[in-house]
Amino acid sequence: MTDPIIRLSGIDKFYGDFQALYDVNAEIRTGEFFSLLGPSGCGKTTLLRTIAGFEDVSAGKVEIAGQSMENVPANRRPTNMVFQSYAIFPHMTVAENVAYGLKARKMPKDKIATEVATALKQVGLEGYGDRASHAMSGGQRQRVALARALVLKPKVLLLDEPLSALDKKMREQMQSELRHLQRAVGITFILVTHDQEEALTMSDRIAVMFEGRIGQLASPQDLYRRPVNRKVAEFIGVMNFLDVSLSAGTAGTFECEIAGLGKAIIPAEQAPGGVDASVTAGVRPEMLTILSGENARSEREASGIVEDVYYYGDMTYYDVKLDGVDHPVTISMRNTAGRAVLSRQDRARVGWGAESVLLLK
Amino acid sequence: MKSGKLFKLYIAVFLVFLYAPALLLPVFAFNDSSIVSFPLKGFTLNWFNVLWETEALHTATKNSLLIAVSTAIISTSLGILAARASSRYKFRGQKAVMGFIMIPLVLPEIIVGVSLLVVILQMGFDLSLWTIVLGHVLICTPFCVAILSSAFLNLDQSLEEASFDLGQTKLATFWLVTMPLVLPGVVSSMLISFTISLDEFIIAFFLAGTEPTLPVYIWGQLRFPQKLPSLMALGTILLILSLTLLATAEYFRRRSARKTGIEDAGGFL
Repeated sequence: MTDPIIRLSGIDKFYGDFQALYDVNAEIRTGEFFSLLGPSGCGKTTLLRTIAGFEDVSAGKVEIAGQSMENVPANRRPTNMVFQSYAIFPHMTVAENVAYGLKARKMPKDKIATEVATALKQVGLEGYGDRASHAMSGGQRQRVALARALVLKPKVLLLDEPLSALDKKMREQMQSELRHLQRAVGITFILVTHDQEEALTMSDRIAVMFEGRIGQLASPQDLYRRPVNRKVAEFIGVMNFLDVSLSAGTAGTFECEIAGLGKAIIPAEQAPGGVDASVTAGVRPEMLTILSGENARSEREASGIVEDVYYYGDMTYYDVKLDGVDHPVTISMRNTAGRAVLSRQDRARVGWGAESVLLLK
Repeated sequence: MKSGKLFKLYIAVFLVFLYAPALLLPVFAFNDSSIVSFPLKGFTLNWFNVLWETEALHTATKNSLLIAVSTAIISTSLGILAARASSRYKFRGQKAVMGFIMIPLVLPEIIVGVSLLVVILQMGFDLSLWTIVLGHVLICTPFCVAILSSAFLNLDQSLEEASFDLGQTKLATFWLVTMPLVLPGVVSSMLISFTISLDEFIIAFFLAGTEPTLPVYIWGQLRFPQKLPSLMALGTILLILSLTLLATAEYFRRRSARKTGIEDAGGFL
């Protein structure tokens, strides 16, 4: 197979005067689980549909397996799609749905039957072939849609928010099943989702999109630990923002004074997007600690007042107002044996380290 | 309490006015008297015999059926095109175009009839059954568009995209996915345009050449009082036919709703 399987170069998309995509560039690797993540209206579904061939690009190029997709309609592209509504043909049985694409390819009947049976087994619907498709539950329809696409052995499987219509339990089950299925068939999956948790747990790499642009394309870990700007950091997980004033540091470091925390020397790699006048400090809730007891020590210490306590059993989340800062920061603590849970209005000692602070534009 | 009783009385009166005249048709169709009045004289099938022996009536019926079937097919086909265009594509002047298509719905038929007559004669065409079909298509198409639009709007667009994505051509997609799912709407559309065309009088009266349709023939026969009971017999047959037609259409609609699990696919009833 060719690598990358999909190359998007300089894609613009206009609907009349409205620009939905701005100069999108990305390479998707063969066999990876790739996610397009972003809030609604960010252009992620539009981008998926340009890959599928349902939308033309206004400028730029889509290449799949080294072939330009210019003037190649959706029915001749090596991609298949699982739709948000699943789009199961209601007037056909489950088996007829799965056989649909094979019939279009004029495959002999007996061969279709075995392929359909294999595909249904793959998605855990063995023996459901004769069922009326409209009588299936949401999760089952989703499996039919998967089988219907996978039976054609596409180079790339496109999934448009496939889990958004399922309830929480079903969704979590399908997340792990999709992951396993993807590893088993070895096909490149591109998933569109607005659920950052879903994207983080399932993907090899994620492109975070805002307002028609890719904000960052990285692995889930890099995205979480090294977001390139404030927007990405806010969208992925929880991030506390604190004002910061920079003074000139030595080469490769920034010397800064962080509101509520104090002075620190931050290495340049903790400012992945560079710095300018608008820069703020970002700290994840789990990077701050509530120090309790005389012996608890940390590299650096700050102090504040507990404003609110959210007890989750295994975890406790605190809203703490650091001295000299107006808005509270969120701190998460594991409830390990012997650790006391603070109450509202308690004075808290907050431990932190320079390595846990990011500088974000 | 009192207003509840009044309301029930109102419903009863309403239904009697609506259906009693139609129920009188079969009563007098089997009445052994050439005068249409009570008391009834006795049972006879004579009036149906008269119908059987009237050659002109057969011709008029054939004309009407030919026109109604042609009208149903043509106006439903046009309706499918218009409904699909308006539900799938956005184009400049779409609202205006759809509005103009729907206008014949409220246009007085006599105006449609007279203006078509003038235009057809000015263009040098002869009046025939086909000029009537033309007029009927004009007034039936808006009904078809209205019925079919709801059928097409209820159709999930991603079904067609899925078919295309799975490798079918657009044309095959239309026949394999779109048509089966809007079929109840198509049947309703055919049925309603067939019915409208079959009993339409004014346009047929203006545009008929030497060949009358059934309503035009019936109107002509009303001059002869002794023909009235046989017209009652004819009315009875038409009544039973249209009820059967409706029942059949409804049966198929429900069957397809059960089969696909789609509640409203544009059925008329």
